[in-house]
Amino acid sequence: MQLLTCPWCGDREEAEFRYGGQAGVPYPADPRALSDAEWGRYLFVRDNPAGPFAERWVHSAGCRRWFTAVRDTVTHEFLREAP
Amino acid sequence: MTADALNGFHLEELPFLTQLSLRAGPGGPAAAAVETALGDPLPAPCTLTRARDADVLWLGPDEFLLLAPPGRQPYLAHELRKAIGPEFASVTDVSAQRTTLDLSGPGVTGVLARGCAIDLDPRVSPPGTCVQTLLARAGVILVVDDPGRIRLLVRPSCAPYLTDWLADASAGA
Amino acid sequence: MTAAFRLPSGGVIDRSRTTRFTFDGTAYAGHPGDTLASALLACGRHHVATSISLGRPRGILTAGPEEPCALVRVDAPYAEPMVTATTVELRDGLVAAGLAGRGRLTGAPDPARYDSVHAHCDVLVVGAGPAGLAAALTAARAGARVVLADDQPRPGGSLLGDDASPAGRWAAEAAAELAALPDVRVLTRTTAFGHYDDNLVLALQARQDPPARRVWRIRARQVVVAAGAHERPVAFGGNDRPGIMLAGAARVYLRRYGVLPGRAITVFTTNDSAYDTVRDLERAGAQVVAVLDARDGDLVTGTSGTERITSVRAVAADGSRRDIETDTLLVSGGWNPAAQLFSQARGRLRYDAGLGAFVPAGPLPAVRAAGSANGVFGLGGCLADGAGAGTRALEALARSAHPVPLPPVPREDGPRPARVLWSVPDAGGADEPAFVDLARDATVADVLRAAGAGMRSVEHVKRYTTIGTAHDQGKTSGVLAAGITAGALGTDIASLGTTTFRPPQAPVPFAALAGRDRGPLFDPVRVTALHSWHVCRGAKFENVGQWKRPWYYPRPGEDMETAVLRECRAVRTGVGLMDGSTLGKINVQGPDSAEFLDRVYTGMMSTLKTGSARYGVLCGADGMVLDDGTVTRTGTDEYLLTTTTGNAALVLDWLEEWLQTEWTGLRVHLTSVTEHWATIPLAGPRSRDVLAAVAPDLDVSNEAFGFMTSKETAVAGVPARVSRISFSGELAYEVSVVAWEAIAVWEALLKAGVAYGITPYGTEAMHVLRAEKGYPVIGQDTDGTVTPQDLGLSWAVSKKKPDFVGKRSFARADSTRPGRKQLVALLPADTGRLLPEGAALIGTPAVPAPPVPMLGHVTSSYRSAALDRTFALALVRSGRDRIGQTLYVPLDDGSVAPVTVADPVLYDKEGARRDG
Repeated sequence: MQLLTCPWCGDREEAEFRYGGQAGVPYPADPRALSDAEWGRYLFVRDNPAGPFAERWVHSAGCRRWFTAVRDTVTHEFLREAP
Repeated sequence: MTADALNGFHLEELPFLTQLSLRAGPGGPAAAAVETALGDPLPAPCTLTRARDADVLWLGPDEFLLLAPPGRQPYLAHELRKAIGPEFASVTDVSAQRTTLDLSGPGVTGVLARGCAIDLDPRVSPPGTCVQTLLARAGVILVVDDPGRIRLLVRPSCAPYLTDWLADASAGA
Repeated sequence: MTAAFRLPSGGVIDRSRTTRFTFDGTAYAGHPGDTLASALLACGRHHVATSISLGRPRGILTAGPEEPCALVRVDAPYAEPMVTATTVELRDGLVAAGLAGRGRLTGAPDPARYDSVHAHCDVLVVGAGPAGLAAALTAARAGARVVLADDQPRPGGSLLGDDASPAGRWAAEAAAELAALPDVRVLTRTTAFGHYDDNLVLALQARQDPPARRVWRIRARQVVVAAGAHERPVAFGGNDRPGIMLAGAARVYLRRYGVLPGRAITVFTTNDSAYDTVRDLERAGAQVVAVLDARDGDLVTGTSGTERITSVRAVAADGSRRDIETDTLLVSGGWNPAAQLFSQARGRLRYDAGLGAFVPAGPLPAVRAAGSANGVFGLGGCLADGAGAGTRALEALARSAHPVPLPPVPREDGPRPARVLWSVPDAGGADEPAFVDLARDATVADVLRAAGAGMRSVEHVKRYTTIGTAHDQGKTSGVLAAGITAGALGTDIASLGTTTFRPPQAPVPFAALAGRDRGPLFDPVRVTALHSWHVCRGAKFENVGQWKRPWYYPRPGEDMETAVLRECRAVRTGVGLMDGSTLGKINVQGPDSAEFLDRVYTGMMSTLKTGSARYGVLCGADGMVLDDGTVTRTGTDEYLLTTTTGNAALVLDWLEEWLQTEWTGLRVHLTSVTEHWATIPLAGPRSRDVLAAVAPDLDVSNEAFGFMTSKETAVAGVPARVSRISFSGELAYEVSVVAWEAIAVWEALLKAGVAYGITPYGTEAMHVLRAEKGYPVIGQDTDGTVTPQDLGLSWAVSKKKPDFVGKRSFARADSTRPGRKQLVALLPADTGRLLPEGAALIGTPAVPAPPVPMLGHVTSSYRSAALDRTFALALVRSGRDRIGQTLYVPLDDGSVAPVTVADPVLYDKEGARRDG
């Protein structure tokens, strides 16, 4: 059972968290201005690096806050967490 | 749920407590007004403060739970809303959203360790600790009153499961 | 049987008491402190089991969990289907029998208690031998929180039973000191079986009387692996006969249990360690008939004997051969550090050519090996290495350490280098098999065959030969197999490496991993405030996620179908009430609440007047329906949302995600009030009369209290929110009160409704009623690929709002293409035919050849009292264009049911009934 560091609650077991996919994919300012292909990329296409990856997690069994965690997808190690 | 004493472990439900959810951004004018009204600063993360009229539990960076004796909802909510005035904050009566289990006795931390990953050693979780976590397979708010006394706040729907679990966990060494 | 091989003194057994047990039907006696293996050996019995595929007699090779051969089944006092005799603690009344390689699960109830405990410490020391004790004592005396786990009944490891030497006395004192320290937890009979992320170590503790297994979940800041080493054999022809034992194991039986393995003992070794055994055996009075040291060119080439070894064939360096009469052959092929946990923690192992073993290459930041687990051999070295590991663990925790006094140990002679010998040359061509993995009956010839077949990796050889895949995880065979493979391939073992160590490194019962999560505690059962009433009324319950919801309330003599038809009829003709408390409820407050809800719901919520409610649909950004419910404006800046029962937590998380990660400027607070409010839908043409009777302050007329409005009033004297919301199409209200008043209000409603035949109804009737009206249930009639338009809910999608979550996706080519599946009703031609939910729809009366073109599937299917027939809802390709067409549903019995496609609203299409 891996630990995640919630920026508010500190180290907690992974079971208290839920994964939210890649961080830093903002909702487009004007979806209507996007082509179907561009909108499709927003909906469906995410990075898949071998190495550090910024992800969103929510401390669902704790303070219910979303935060960003950088995880090395090769070692599964969390490198840093921030609100 | 009846009180039961097993192996230095005593469980009692504290029903009908007044519980108000308070949402107010830390450091903002609403939080300051609330602190003035309560006569105490809002609690730091993962702790609680004992204010004059209520225990104030930290639930999140802008989320608190006020615990007071039964029947205090109208008075407390009114006082808080009056203090907040036009500022952005919210007060919601959630008294029946959770029930409170009062656990006491020398066996308490040992029983909880059978289903809770939080380190309840007094040096790590001293009195005044308030965390939201999982106990067995139920979400709880866990308040450390002193090393031999812990309050659990749990959804009433899960309370029968949790008390069954506590009874099982406290039976036998 | 008499204990002819028990010495008059020595060992950590309690000689004042006798323990009687039965093995393979024969009565034996031993002492408390014995293992089954030591007690059998004391009685002169080596043959305890049979090999898995060749059926050869097998004895006891080791004295611990690394045992590959001595598999037994325990029948009493409680059943254990497959354990090793070397790990079974002897107890009165034990009944056991030898196995042929594998056990069978018993059908008898398992009386053992299983649980798990979380523990936290600064330093976890695995193994309480000399190195582990030194590490634990160093850490404990510095004030660290220490857990010391050892698989034996008492600490001491290799010093157990050694009361005479200073080191033995030191170990006993250290164990006593540790046991007395408040911040030290000494776990005996506890096997650390796995190292997991962030220094979580799982350990299995076995206890007796009553039988119990406990999984310790130990979160340690620092881990010291001082698990010792496993001696390995040498492969030679006939190396599996009972009476053949590892030399170190013989020493353990002698020191811990006061047992001699035999009378006329031959020793075959590649290294110095076996000489300690020879010395101890001779002191104890045993006759060592020969020591064959591979370093001198003396090798064992074969053995004889039927049930037990009777002679050894040996060859000397000069090629001369001789047979040695013997009853016991002790073998040492060197030692493998027990570095499994270190390796699981991603610690790197390096090959040590001198030891012929893989040893930890260096510490990890939070995990270090110590003592023989670290490749350090000799008592003095292990003590010093353990103390050093304790010190370095403290340093890693920024704590200061003070050296712990260590006992003097006899000067160890300058060691003579070991010879690395995996198998006796030509063992592959011996008369008898030369076994590598005794647990799998896998031989040197099998390894050579694997290499000959082209296997080039130890992982492939493992899978080809099954070496290392048994209960013992190849502790005595893995490195041997690698060495023999390297020899066959002409490479060196260092580059070949070992197979990957994975947890668990020792067998763990599934029941222990399940712990308390079994039976009624398997998963939380959630119940509403009205649950006890439902139980008293004999309700049958339906599981909805973790919730128990009343499914229907059968009267005496009623089956489900009859009860549900009765409940539906009551709602359509009189009045019914149900427990809707499981609906998710979210309080929304803040000046930007209206804006927020406009962004997440497909409909317009900002224009709702205070005291009004609206049906709302939530879509993902992909435009697919996520959830639905009602939105009630309870104040200028305050709303109350409902969600479906199963999605309550998900919707709250999802709304928070938008607020916290996208629209951080919106001033909105969300608070779950799901369990604060108990909600009772009151439905049917007489619901207004019932409500009027219990809410005297409320004007219940249609003019004063219109559809989709909401009032605060007193119901049965209890403050309540009453909303005119209908999920049945009938005149209906939802009464919400604080949960602890639920029973009082429910009973008041029942009492007020007696005159109208008020009927409690369950979820099944609710489903029938809503389906008659074509109301979809999200998650039943949808599957994440369905848009609001597909469901016929275009009316709930705003055309005015510039954007909301999902809107852009409605304009995607895929969302607008013809041929999308749409929600329709199906009317079976046979009005009594209940279609199975999930059944496929096709366009022809006969099932065509595969691939069968499928037009859709049945999502909901019921019997309707109001329609006096069966009906179904279905998602059908271009469904609305097919209304009136006949489609076909192939059934399990091979028949095909014709059905007519219909508009999904089958009952009261004009909506005349909702106003009563």
